Order: sequence, then structure tokens, then C-alpha cells
Amino acid sequence: MNEPLEIINIKLTVNGFIVNAAVAARKHLVDFLREDLGLTGAHLGCEHGICGACTILMNGELVRGCLVLAAQANGSVIETVEGACESGRLNQLVDAFQACNAAQCGFCSPAMLLTAGELLTRSTKPSREEIREQISGNYCRCTGYQAIVNAVEFCFDEVASNE
Amino acid sequence: MLMLLNFALMKLPQMSKHKHNPLIEMDSSSYIGKSIPRKEIRRLISGQGTYVDDIQGSKIAHVVFVRSPYAHAKILNIDFELAKTYPGVIEIVKESDISQYCQPYQGLLKHLEGMKAVFQTPLAVDKVYWHGHPVIAVVAETRAQAEDAAELVTIDWEELPPVVNEEEALLKDSPLIHPELGSNLCWERKIDCEGIEEIFNSAHTVVEENFTTSRHTHVTLEPRSILADYRSSDNQLIITHSTQVPHMMHWVVSHLFSIPESQVRIIAPDVGGSFGLKIHVYGDEMTAIALAIKLKRPIKFIADRLESFLSDYHSRDHRVWARMAFSEDGKIQAIEMDDLQSMGAFTGYPRGSVNEARQIINLVGGAYDVPHYKARTRVAYQNKSMYGQYRSVGHPVACLVTEGLMDRGAQSLGIDPAKLRQINYIPQNSFPKKLKSGPTIENLSQHEALDRLLEMMGYLDLRSEQKALREKGIYRGIGFASFLEMSNPSSNTYGRGGVSIAAQDASTVRLMPDGTLFCTASINEFGQGAATIAAQIVADVLGVSFDRVRVSLGDTDIAPFGGDNWGSRGTGIGGEAIYQTALALKNNILDIASQLFTLDIAKLGISKSYVIKLGVGTQIISLEDLARIVYFQPEKYPSKKAPELSVTRSYAQKTYDGICTNGIQASYLEVDPEIGEIKLLKHWVVEDCGVAINPLLIDEQIRGGVIQGIGAALYEHCIYNEDGQLTNGNFMDYLVPMAFEMPDIEIAHTCTPTKTSNLGAKGAGEAGVAGASAAVLNAVNDALSVFNVHLNAIPITPQNIIRKLYKFYKE
Repeated sequence: MNEPLEIINIKLTVNGFIVNAAVAARKHLVDFLREDLGLTGAHLGCEHGICGACTILMNGELVRGCLVLAAQANGSVIETVEGACESGRLNQLVDAFQACNAAQCGFCSPAMLLTAGELLTRSTKPSREEIREQISGNYCRCTGYQAIVNAVEFCFDEVASNE
Repeated sequence: MLMLLNFALMKLPQMSKHKHNPLIEMDSSSYIGKSIPRKEIRRLISGQGTYVDDIQGSKIAHVVFVRSPYAHAKILNIDFELAKTYPGVIEIVKESDISQYCQPYQGLLKHLEGMKAVFQTPLAVDKVYWHGHPVIAVVAETRAQAEDAAELVTIDWEELPPVVNEEEALLKDSPLIHPELGSNLCWERKIDCEGIEEIFNSAHTVVEENFTTSRHTHVTLEPRSILADYRSSDNQLIITHSTQVPHMMHWVVSHLFSIPESQVRIIAPDVGGSFGLKIHVYGDEMTAIALAIKLKRPIKFIADRLESFLSDYHSRDHRVWARMAFSEDGKIQAIEMDDLQSMGAFTGYPRGSVNEARQIINLVGGAYDVPHYKARTRVAYQNKSMYGQYRSVGHPVACLVTEGLMDRGAQSLGIDPAKLRQINYIPQNSFPKKLKSGPTIENLSQHEALDRLLEMMGYLDLRSEQKALREKGIYRGIGFASFLEMSNPSSNTYGRGGVSIAAQDASTVRLMPDGTLFCTASINEFGQGAATIAAQIVADVLGVSFDRVRVSLGDTDIAPFGGDNWGSRGTGIGGEAIYQTALALKNNILDIASQLFTLDIAKLGISKSYVIKLGVGTQIISLEDLARIVYFQPEKYPSKKAPELSVTRSYAQKTYDGICTNGIQASYLEVDPEIGEIKLLKHWVVEDCGVAINPLLIDEQIRGGVIQGIGAALYEHCIYNEDGQLTNGNFMDYLVPMAFEMPDIEIAHTCTPTKTSNLGAKGAGEAGVAGASAAVLNAVNDALSVFNVHLNAIPITPQNIIRKLYKFYKE
């Protein structure tokens, strides 16, 4: 590729698989995931850390894939939306997003799902304000956000009704 | 799926009730009117969507652009020799290098008297006209390499005086953006009204205001994206495009690049939002196509966020002076309005850039019975980014002006604002009603909508609460906004003006050999749920389960030609085409069954994928068995006429310029007068989209629109300085609504089906944006009424509130 910049070798775990790669020092993690690994579920909405469309999990924490360099991810454990959905850990929320029509164009949705998914680890149902605060780093231009808030509530209500 | 569906139907909060459309025969298996979740959602949220940038491959080359740093300048010299030597660079071009591929284009609506426009080219030729105007295209193996090389391009400039103030632009001594046009005026329309001055002079109450709506933009989360692939061996141009309008682009690309329409294919894959942004022709995108032809390599262009702000279309930049005269009992006697729209340096192609002004002059006062209306609208060229349609074109501005005056009137007259609206609505017995501005309104449901809204709000209790809290120093406000919503447009919008944008839609529905159904249509999906609505209509008419219908939209090689989705036409026009197609296929199926079994066709129907005897319900033959006979054993079919299991039908709305519908919104909010902070507490919408095909999808689409209108009311503003530089083109400085600040939005519907179609559907996509800004502005003014100040500009920033209250604090 004639990349004129320094190349760095990295080893990391992505969605449970160990990945060895040589990456340009300046390459962002989200570009590495999208271009080198074909994991296109993380999207580029602003590339300056505001919109949240590139959200992924790095060592269990939500991070902006556009603010982390691939080289910085060396040794880390990455989970993308593809991994989270494949594992089934967010199935209930996926169902709820669909039932509540919590996505329209879908461009923000994988990141929104991961961000909202963090709430599912709570033992009690979060308030609507808490849900809104949780997803306030993720920009959605299509929905009124309300359907997304409803979807998270829906998950907790469904659990309650099954108990 | 079914369990999920039932669960959704039972448990979803705030499901609105929709009236039954008497025009459609429904039975227990009907899908029209049901809240059915979209099939595509699972794919999209789990990261399996395919947006343009998700299509990758080593053959794809990447293009980036060197853009003008000036609002207005001459290009003296361009040097890209050094850039050409950068690793990975394939080609660097200026306009003269691609002009042989792409013709210049002119956005002109010929039916608008006096409209003036010049031709433009994909890249700037010898002058640049706005900060962000593309000048040079750099193609490289990777995007990073192209960006690096672009930084090595040097351009010598001679700055020219920019035209950046719309009022100064129209003064005689203003510099001219296009000297050949003689002035900076793009278009003007006047509506005269004799004797109106006397009416204002003798009126009991006159209110007057200068309103400002600030330039803002669509901000789709997926930026503009295109992948152009030219196959020289058979002269095929295949474009994968994040577009709202693949069929319009089909015509445009064929025309500009002189390639027959049969050789052009536009594919809209998953589209990450549009709202009118991806409905225009952009120079950078046309350059990408020209490069694909020139270099015989697939070329990808993905706008980054910073260049999106500089090169996306902007909208809603208006200054409006208006006044309204009332009689003592609160009846509107007259409205006078003068609108000035600030646009860009070129008219948008092919839709022009004046449709906002067109809609504003059409719609101001339109929700009411206004006996006298005088108006003028002017559109001024500016050295600013391209300008044009954004969702709910012109409606929010017309609504802000009308509803702002209504609230001022209510205050002056001492009449409750809800009551004042009620007494001025167009009387129900006067439809169809021709407005003074031109359009004819088929029918509205304003009184019913207002009643429903007040009930939903608990209006009187809310007023009591507001009063009680005010005594405690808490300033809450209630703001109303009645709005009109144009939908189902006829060819009056474009076709009559010589613009090749279809007013007709077509659909093909096919019975597959296994008894499932395939549907395609000339409308497009970009999140609103067009594919789901299509499947509902097909399943409903053909008596099959929703899951047995597959819909494919957005590929011009698959779908019949038509008008795409814009102006709330997808369901109203495209949906009707699908409905007619499904009815025709049903008739064919019944005809085949009647001949196979020698039965009277009038006594046959379809239910649960079987042709049945109506009344008794006896199953005659499954759709699968019927299809297998037609396809694989045609000798069993007795008639000489070959049976058709693939049917295409079309529909166009030709009765009115557009089908006008209505609604009303209300905002409840709290203002902290000390720091100017606004807390949105609740928002309500009552909307009439005629027959609602899928309330679940409609309601959240309306909510999304409300949020966009709130964004315009409180945050969004493309700020240009006096040199014509965009100063806040990034997400840190240009604010968009996020979840935390947004209220819950309660939605209800009235149902007045249009009689122009069998389906009876009208638009819903414009409703949310149309009234939200006005409702919020009115609520802020209501909250601050005790201070006797009137805000008249959006966005309403804390600074603007403090500035207005400054006088009060000084005293």
C-alpha cells in the first residue's frame, strides 16, 4: 500500500479471536476494524469523537473507535457489535429495538445498541432520565430517542413479566 | 416474530388509535393500519447493514477534494505536481480535466416566473463561490494517501468581496455573484391585495413582528457517500449511492454523462439518513463519477464530517416581517408578510433552491380563514454553501411566522391561544378550499385535532399548574403550533417546470413459484419504513402472511421508474401504486383459479395463502399450487391467454397540486430566566395522515421530526462570519439534539382519508418538523410573558434569552 508511515505490529483479541496485524501507526482502531477485519458494524459519523457511531467495547469499556489508535489497542480485548450480537448477550435488547421501532436509518443503531446494552447489567430498571443520560453520547437524527428509551424499559418490563 | 409482534401490539406505550378507513375492506388478517415492526431493523442494529462505505475492495480508489478556504475568490494558479508524486496517488484533476465527461448543469424551475440561475460545473473553474467549494480532486489507493496528497496541492488566490448578507445583497451597490444575472436576486413572488392597508388601519388589533430562522443543515449521521463504477467494455455505469432518489439520479446521471438511461444503474443500499440532503446533485459526487469513467476504476467518495458542513446543502435561512389584523372578537382580518431567503451561490440542481420561499408564501396563514393576504418573498444569492430542501420544506418557517403572530394576537386580545386558533380555523364546510396563495386544500380536521390535543395535554390543569408555579418563581410556558402539511405532490412541484423528477410511481408484484410474493416499487427506503409499508399493503390485499412478502427497493435495475420518496409522497403515491398492483395481481390469481375450477370469480377471495370461496371459506387451491401450474404445467390452464403472475401498475396524484393535511403541536417547558436555560418537559402532536398504514412507524417518524424542529429552535445554526467563513462546521460547535435534553412526545391522530386514492393515505414525514420550532418558541414566550419580552428568532440560545431580559434586570 506504500503507506509512508511507521508500521506497528499488534496482537489483540477481537470478538473472541486472536488477531495479529501490522498497522500504520496513525490508523484509528475503527478504521482497522472496518478496513482490515471487515467489521463494518462500527460506523464513522464524525471522526472527532462526538457522534458515537463508532462505539465499541475495549476491555469491557465503551470507547469511541475514532479516538483510539489501532496501535493503542495492542494487547486489548475488543468487542464489536458483530461479536456482541453473535454471542447472543444482547438478544433481548435487539428484540426490544425491533418491537419498539427504535431504529430508522440504522446508522447509529449498532453503537446505540452497545451503549444501551450496558444498562442491561443493572439489577433494577433504570429511570427514563437515566436511560436518556446513558445514550446521550450517541447521536440519532431519525428517531425521537423515545423509542430507544422505550426499548430499554421494554427489556426490564419483559424480565419482570416473566418472573 | 409473531410472538414479538403480538407483544409489541399489546404492550407498547402510547399506541395511538387510528380510525378505520371505510374505503378498505378489512378482515381479521388485515395488515393495513397495524403496528408491525420493521423486518430490516434486526439486520441494521446488529451491524449487518450495508452502507456505501461498507463496500470495500482493493480495486476501489478513493477521492478527496481540495476545497476553497475563501467565500469568493479568483483562482490564479494551481500547482499539484508535488502532490502527484506522493505514494499511492493515481490522478489529480481540475475541472478542465473532467469537463469532457460531465456537462454543466442549471437548477432552474421554468414555471417560476422571473427565476434566474446560471450553469455550474462539478469543480470550480476560475472562481470559487463559497467556503468549501470543491476545486481539485485527488485520487489515491487509500483515502489517507489522498488526504495527504491533497495537503500538498497549492493554489494561489485573489480574494473577491463576498456577498454574505442577504439584505445588502439586494442593494444596488452590492458586489454581484453572477454579473450576467444583473443582480443577486434569484427569484421573487408577490401576492397583492387591494385595500389591505385600510384593513390594517381600521383593525381592532394589529400585531407585527420580525422573525428570524437561522441557517442550519440536515446532519445525516451517514455523510454523503458514493461509489461509482464504469464498465467500459459495455458502457455500463453502476453507481452505489447514499441517495434518497435513485430514480431521479438515474435520469440526472444519464443526462449529464451522456450515457443512455438503459446503461445506467443506480443502487441505493442502506442509506444512513437523508431528510432532503441526499436529494440533490453535488459537484464532488459528479466528479467521482467522472473519475470512474476517466480512470476505469471504481471510485469511492465519502464526505467527512467537516467537509459535510462546508458542502452539504443548508436550509431555512429566512428573515420575515409579518403583521396580522384582528377584529375585536378575534377573527383574523388580514395578514401581510415579507420573506427574504438567503441561499447559496448556485441554485441546486435539479430542484432549484427556491422551494422554501415557494412554500412559505403559500402556507403563511394557510391554517386559518384569512380574508386578505398580501405577501412577498425574495431569494438572494449568497457566497455560502449550496442551499435547498430540508425535510418539511418551508413549513417550519411559515408555521413559526403564523403561529408567532397568533400568540401575539392572543396576548393583545386577551383571548386564550387555543381558543383564538379554534375561532379562526377554516370552517369545515368550506372544503375543498382554495388559498389566496394558490394551492387548494382538499380537507382538514383542525377542530378535531385541537380538541384531541387539549384533552391529551390536560390543558386546563396544565394552565393551573403553570399559574401556581409562576407564583413560586418558576416560569413555565405552553406553546401551540397549528400546521399544514403538504404531501402527495403532483407534477406542479417539478415536472411542470421542465424538471425531470417523476410525479408518478410504479410497482411490480410477483407471485413466486413457492407461493411467496416479491414486491418492488419506485419509492425508496432510508429508514422511514417504506419496505414494511409495501409488504403490509401486499400482504393485506393478497391475503398472505406479512412474512411471505419480500420487498426490494432502491435499485433502478429492479424497480420500475418513478418518483422516489420526498415531500411525503412515498406512502400516499407509491403506496397507492403498490395497492393497485396488488389488486391487479389478486384479480389475475382469482381469474386463473376461476378458470381452473370453473367457478365464478366474483365468489372467490384469497385468505391465508389459499384461494377460497367467499362466505363459506372453503379452500380451493393454495397460491403455491396455483403458481406451480402457471409456471411449470401451463397446459393445465385452459385459456389461450397466458396468465400473468407478475404485475406492474402505476399511480399519480393529479387532482391537487398536493394533498394538504394538518395537525397541531404543543410544547410545555420551563425557562430559568437567570441563566436562560430551557428545560423541555413534554411535547404533544396530533396529526392527520389520512389512513395510517403503520402507526408504530409513523409515530416515531413524527417524533424524530419533532426533535429536528427542536434542534432548529434551540441549537442548530451554521454561523458564517462577515468574510463568509463557516465558523462552526463541526460537532463540537454545531449542536444537535441528544437524548438527555429531549422530552417525551405524545402522539395522536385524526383520520381524514384523501379521496384522491383508494388507499386514502396522506403524508406524515413533514409533520414533526413543521410545527415543533414554533411550538417551542411560543412556549418560551409564554413562559416569559410576565417580563413582557418577545423572542422572535431561532435558535433560542441562553444568550438570546438573557439579552432579551437584560433590560428587565437593569430596571
